[in-house]
Amino acid sequence: MLLIRCPYCEEERPELEFRNAGEAHIARSANISGESDDDFEKFFFIRSNPKGIIYERWRHMHGCARFFNAVRDTVTDKFIMTYKAGEPKPSKLPGVAK
Amino acid sequence: MAKAAAKKTAAAASPSVERRPALAGRSTAATGAKVEVLPPADRISLRAPEASIAALSKALGVTLPKKPKTSATKAGRTALWLGPDEWLVIDEAGNDPLTDCAAVSALHSAVGISHRNIAIAVTGAGAAATINAGCPQDLSLDAFPVGAASRTILGKAEIVLLRNAPDAFRVECWRSFSDYVFTFLSEGSRDAAV
Repeated sequence: MLLIRCPYCEEERPELEFRNAGEAHIARSANISGESDDDFEKFFFIRSNPKGIIYERWRHMHGCARFFNAVRDTVTDKFIMTYKAGEPKPSKLPGVAK
Repeated sequence: MAKAAAKKTAAAASPSVERRPALAGRSTAATGAKVEVLPPADRISLRAPEASIAALSKALGVTLPKKPKTSATKAGRTALWLGPDEWLVIDEAGNDPLTDCAAVSALHSAVGISHRNIAIAVTGAGAAATINAGCPQDLSLDAFPVGAASRTILGKAEIVLLRNAPDAFRVECWRSFSDYVFTFLSEGSRDAAV
């Protein structure tokens, strides 16, 4: 079982307590009705789905119930780090080359 | 016909507000662990921002814990940290914490959930092993000391876990999940004995 660090509970908890909530850092337009169809499609449907490092939202569903962001490697399934919702995308990832 | 009539008089004799706690009095004793349903208690689900914590703690008579996975107990009332702005307050002394919160003007949301939850006590040397039958958390005394509290899962049901003593836990679950949770823990207690 994977252990995921919850930034609110400040410890590693078993994955069964968590839910994935899709890709992180997708900002909703402040003027959603003014969006063109193409822009809305990009915002609503298009996801990066990379092979390698992905930034995701996770929710500690059966714990503190808070949403937070996690950096995960889609190849190894390893969680590189987690950080609180609202915090900026980390510029430097621990233990990752490049 | 006579049976129906008898039923009717019985219903009329006892008031319609009669409280029927789920699983009242059920218990299972296995070697090393005992699982029993606890009597009804008063509970609230409390949500409040940082600024309201002091006023609410004063009104409730118990200091709301701010550290993750902790709880505070005073005079039969326990406040369990569930999230950064969320607590479960359980009162076993018969004083409804909802009335105490009503007097607080600081911003907060208190919802009475006394009847939503039921509590199950798991006690004995095999208590941790019993709960670990379906709960993936580390329940060793280092990771989950006395007084530690956490919302977590047991099998398919969400529970709130509180450690009262090294070998005693209080499991809070939703009333509708209580049959599943109780049976799960009973099975777990038998396995823990092996």
